[in-house]
Amino acid sequence: MTHTVAPPSVAARGSRRFAMRRETRAALLFVAPAALGFSVFTLLPAIRGVYYSFTDFDVFQPAKLIGTGNYERLFADAVFWNALKVTLEYVVINIGFQTVFALGVAVLMHRLTQSMLVRGIILAPYLIANVVVALVWFWILDYQIGIGNEFLAWLGVGRQPFFGDQNLAIPTIAMVNVWRYLGYTALLLFAGLQTIPKELYEAAAIDGASEWKMFWRVTMPLLRPVLALVLIVSIIGSFQTFDTVAVTTQGGPVNATRVIYYYIYDLAFNRYDFGYASAMSVALFVLLAGVSLLQLRMTRANQSDLS
Amino acid sequence: MSAKVPGGGMPVTALVPAPAQSSARLPSADVASNDRRRRRQSRLGRAAAWAVMILLMLVTLFPFYWMLRTSLSTNGALAANSSNLLPAEFSVNGWKRVFGLATPEEALADGGSGASLNFWIYLRNSLVVATVTTVVQTFFSALAAYAFARLRWPGRDAVFFLFLTALMVPPIFTILPNFILIRDLGLLNTYLGIVLPGLLMAPFSVFFLRQFFLGIPRELEEAAKLDGAGYPRVFFRIIVPMSVAPISTLAILTYIGSWNDYFWPLLVGKAENVRVLTVALGVFRSQTPQSSPDWAGLMAATFVSAVPILILFAVLGRRVINSIGFTGLK
Repeated sequence: MTHTVAPPSVAARGSRRFAMRRETRAALLFVAPAALGFSVFTLLPAIRGVYYSFTDFDVFQPAKLIGTGNYERLFADAVFWNALKVTLEYVVINIGFQTVFALGVAVLMHRLTQSMLVRGIILAPYLIANVVVALVWFWILDYQIGIGNEFLAWLGVGRQPFFGDQNLAIPTIAMVNVWRYLGYTALLLFAGLQTIPKELYEAAAIDGASEWKMFWRVTMPLLRPVLALVLIVSIIGSFQTFDTVAVTTQGGPVNATRVIYYYIYDLAFNRYDFGYASAMSVALFVLLAGVSLLQLRMTRANQSDLS
Repeated sequence: MSAKVPGGGMPVTALVPAPAQSSARLPSADVASNDRRRRRQSRLGRAAAWAVMILLMLVTLFPFYWMLRTSLSTNGALAANSSNLLPAEFSVNGWKRVFGLATPEEALADGGSGASLNFWIYLRNSLVVATVTTVVQTFFSALAAYAFARLRWPGRDAVFFLFLTALMVPPIFTILPNFILIRDLGLLNTYLGIVLPGLLMAPFSVFFLRQFFLGIPRELEEAAKLDGAGYPRVFFRIIVPMSVAPISTLAILTYIGSWNDYFWPLLVGKAENVRVLTVALGVFRSQTPQSSPDWAGLMAATFVSAVPILILFAVLGRRVINSIGFTGLK
């Protein structure tokens, strides 16, 4: 009602206050179910999670406060540090290949085609459950009779134990998930590319710039904010990899694929060490918050060179 | 400069130095020959680029084909024909095992584990869980999104900010305490236990719909209000009909996400009568003998889990694809 010109009379002010109260009441009704769901299943559990992290809790008996014991144990736990190392290795391989490939695919699509069919095909793996993707690749990469190893043998490279080898297991899982997320990431970047004005490329072409130069001088600087956001989202997701490990290697061989998410799951649901598992998930939360803050700083994600 | 020709390349006239009137961009003979070289190069480049794209699509599609091919083979023949691109000894026994249509003896003879499998139940469970989650969650998220987008009330922005921070919290952080909660409520191994945490809202859904509601012209609502319509009426008669596209896009994304979820149902829904497909696949995989896995059955099972989503995608794919840019970045 910003366009009312005449000063409101007393009656009008009263009725407006009544309308506002009515609006507030309606709003509270509209938002109540969501607020209830948020409080009971997000907010309170988050607080309880922090509380559990200071307790000894085996799920069957009530939690007992033990101060910072879990955190001290965390710092001394070699398996935890190994899990962190394995997770980092996974993130670096996964994000590295995924981002470079996706960028390549996005630029190719941008130059070649707007076809919905092409976009649909490359998106397909993203729509399939992680579990399905993991099992299919587990079969394709089977040492004896998987078609992937048949192909390697035919090439003369020789069969590889992939999931069963301490050094290959994490790269294998990382690449399987590159396969799953490549198309999705490429489409995100593709959407970003479409916001770059065509005239910039035309102008660069008239100036005689090569494709390579255009990519580094036009595409990359203008895509940077989008790229930064995509990176943050995918790195955070990548730190939380679980499904693929759970259905293929289950942390093995030895601890080679015991990523942090799987370790927390294992502690809580196989060893009933809920307090310690909670402390570790608090640590993960802090770690991820730190990663995203750092990235936002470094990449200045909210600024575009376009303006 | 020159009109685009459907075939792609520039029309021939563009090669001829234009008469002087376009002096602003007078192409000299030198530039023209440069142009020609570049065009030849770019045609080669395009061919190479298409080759890369086609290779990529093959790598993308092959595992899907391989699922189907393996599921239609027999386990005995798979080993002997491991590099044959067609089904090895065409047979639907893998599918029969998965749907419990083979007797235990038959299943054992075909290389199955002999354990009874009934993917009809898991299919039903996945349908129930994904459908209930999608319908209820989208509905309540839309209600909240309307209050955030359109109504003025004290504390609105603070509450919205709180909802948004939930997007940043890693799920495991709340999943552990939620498991305890569901257990204490006695809801382990029930449909309700599986769907409850996501039933009333998803931060992303609220955020997604709010963005769209913000874009609806206020005049329409004002007119309805002058006619004496209350807020619920405005919501159901104006906002919802005008947002059918984003709401259904969100519903599809929610459905796919719910269908593919593994971690939470693994924790609270392991029992056979509520076990969803992803959990069932994990169980199947751990039951199949390490020495000679039932690959045909396993691939038939993965195919069953993937197909409903692929059908949904084939029918509504355009909507999913178009939503990608928005969902990830805004």
